[in-house]
Amino acid sequence: MSRSKLSRRRFLATSAAAAAAVSAPFVRTAHAAGKVSIGFWDHWVPGANDVTKKIVQEWAEKEKVEAEIDFIPSQGNKNLITIAAEAQAKAGHDIFAHPTWSPQGYAEQLEPVDDVMGDLIKEHGNVNDTVKYLGFVGGKWLAVPATSGSQIKGPCSRIDLMKSLAGIDVQAMYPAGSAPKAESWTLDAFLKAAEACHKGGKAIGIGLGTTSDSVDSAGAFFHAFGAQLVNDKGDITVKSDKVRQALDYCKRLAAFLPPDAPAWDDASNNKWLVAGNGAMIMNPPSAWAVAKRDAPQIAEQCWTHGFPSGPNGRYAPFLPYFWAIWGFSKNKSAAKSLLRHLSTRASAERMVASSGGYDLPSFEKLTDFKTWAEEGPPKGTLYHYPNPHNHQTLSIAAAPAPPKIAFQIYNQAVQTKMIVRHLQGEAMEKTLAWAESECEGFMRT
Amino acid sequence: MVDATLRSPAIPAVASPRKAKSSLRRAMGRKSTIAFLMALPLILLITVLVLYPALYSLYLATLNKGMTRFVGFGNFQFLFKRETFWMVVQQSCIFAITAVIFKAIIGFIIAHLVHNIPDKGQRKWRGMLLVPWVIPPAMSCLAWLWLFDPSYSAFNWLLSFINVGPIPWTGDAYWARFSVILVNVWIGSPFFMIMYLAALKSVPEQLYEAAAIDGANWWQRMWYVTLPMMRNIIAITALFSLIVTFANFDIVQILTDGGPIDKTHVFATWAFRVGIRSVDIPQGAAVSLFMVPILAVAAVIILRDITKRGNEA
Repeated sequence: MSRSKLSRRRFLATSAAAAAAVSAPFVRTAHAAGKVSIGFWDHWVPGANDVTKKIVQEWAEKEKVEAEIDFIPSQGNKNLITIAAEAQAKAGHDIFAHPTWSPQGYAEQLEPVDDVMGDLIKEHGNVNDTVKYLGFVGGKWLAVPATSGSQIKGPCSRIDLMKSLAGIDVQAMYPAGSAPKAESWTLDAFLKAAEACHKGGKAIGIGLGTTSDSVDSAGAFFHAFGAQLVNDKGDITVKSDKVRQALDYCKRLAAFLPPDAPAWDDASNNKWLVAGNGAMIMNPPSAWAVAKRDAPQIAEQCWTHGFPSGPNGRYAPFLPYFWAIWGFSKNKSAAKSLLRHLSTRASAERMVASSGGYDLPSFEKLTDFKTWAEEGPPKGTLYHYPNPHNHQTLSIAAAPAPPKIAFQIYNQAVQTKMIVRHLQGEAMEKTLAWAESECEGFMRT
Repeated sequence: MVDATLRSPAIPAVASPRKAKSSLRRAMGRKSTIAFLMALPLILLITVLVLYPALYSLYLATLNKGMTRFVGFGNFQFLFKRETFWMVVQQSCIFAITAVIFKAIIGFIIAHLVHNIPDKGQRKWRGMLLVPWVIPPAMSCLAWLWLFDPSYSAFNWLLSFINVGPIPWTGDAYWARFSVILVNVWIGSPFFMIMYLAALKSVPEQLYEAAAIDGANWWQRMWYVTLPMMRNIIAITALFSLIVTFANFDIVQILTDGGPIDKTHVFATWAFRVGIRSVDIPQGAAVSLFMVPILAVAAVIILRDITKRGNEA
């Protein structure tokens, strides 16, 4: 066994070096806290990405973190493909903007953010049940609801056409600056309005395709009847009276929709409104914003408001985006710090303003920004968009089925397919049997 | 020239540096070594981009939905019980076979028409006729999407002048199937045309002259001279196109997204919907792997026929 001898000279040299190291000032370099890469959703509103970038840069400078930002579009499912690739490779961005169902799909690979969500809920109030249903898995928060990209797909009506064809004053029902007076705005009233608009050559434009806008609207009508294809325990409940009622109603409604509705995608309803073809669509204010640019005379007549109520209540589709941290992230503490910064009231307000009111924070105390009250024309058109008076339940199609099953029901557009099958002459029981068989397939684990 | 040499037993196992150098030189001088080295980049490319993903998708197809457990053939067994899956199988076959037949017929007719144009103007026609094939399909499909748009179809606008329509090009199951096949035929016919044109140009003129002397009419020349001479090209082109058409994704994805009510889904679009959009990657991999046995059977039948004819010749 060898033993090294410490000479007096070496002892002095070592002591001096140690003292110098301890007393030397800590030099904080530009990127002392490492690097964070973020894959944001590529916003369709010009300028909205710039604001998000600025918010991140401000944080990066303050925290001495190198932030790398990519804006990934949802067109062509580019974001979904990137998420799948990063999950497989276990490499990529630290934070990724996951669309509505994605955190559920990748639950095992996301870093829990209970600490961040706990603080945010304390500061901004609670989130709605849909956000909890989608982002809270196995007793853990998997992601933070993002302001950018989150939306409610409520009715956007033409004030003039609804008044002249259906005799409904949407501004009186949903006055700007005050609570809704929409007791008479029921599914029956909606059906009558749809028939009147159809007769008047300005049909209500709701798609019956397989893309999100179509599925969301169908989901809200099903919720209004309390119709569940699979209940919260995971039991298949397709063959229930509530589902029959909802399907029958949707079939009657579909007869007054544009004949090509089964082929509609998420752009079709926007075009329907902007071209002046219809009295109403179900959409966030994107169609109105395009109309403001391309057809101002139509934008001036648009009013965003709540869904009609049914026997089970009034439901509106809410689609949150989520900012989630991958489990493989190498800088989780910095990523969490950024999520807190992105979720401050000031950041959320800037994002809402830059998106012209389209973006929607999920926290209850963040629905009173002046953007929604002031945007126009007509002024106040977006006042009811963030559901400021909580007069409708924010929901998602296929809930309350266990999310892994609901996700399949939603993505396979089972509800709109049921409506189209029944509309095209298939007997109700046969349609229900088909839906039941589809749901059985989704039970696979 | 020899491709391989046997080492003489007299040569010692441990060669001197000079001898090693000369054996390396000899190895480099062999035809087979050069051929291998020249093919190596392609072999590497195929290994990385084809072989690895293929094996990886095989592995994925044997996992459960959460990708945490090995389930063997569980995903395939599950698919066999799904009504929608069998509809996709049926639609993929209808789509691929119908499209290939029409592409072959149209390509054959156009190739003959172009072949009969004098050489001077032929190049221009060839170039123009190839345009649908050389435009990226995603771009041309977007143009077709506008033409078929549910509400603002340019075709329907034209048809309205003769009091026809509106036709639900992508809204009705049968019209939607017709539309996706039509676009596939439009994009793919030029490939058949150029292959058939090359085959036509290689048919010796003397055969036609001999047939003419024997008094053969147009149909007999076509049946006894042209078609037998083009048979292999027709078979190879059909096989190649069948594989590509079967695996088609972009046309259906852009035009109909598989709708209405799943009536235009093919293997690739269904695999994408199940695997990526519904985050069930093992199931998506299983769906896409179903193409392999179907295409393998087609490939064996067609290639065996070609080999047989080659041996007869």
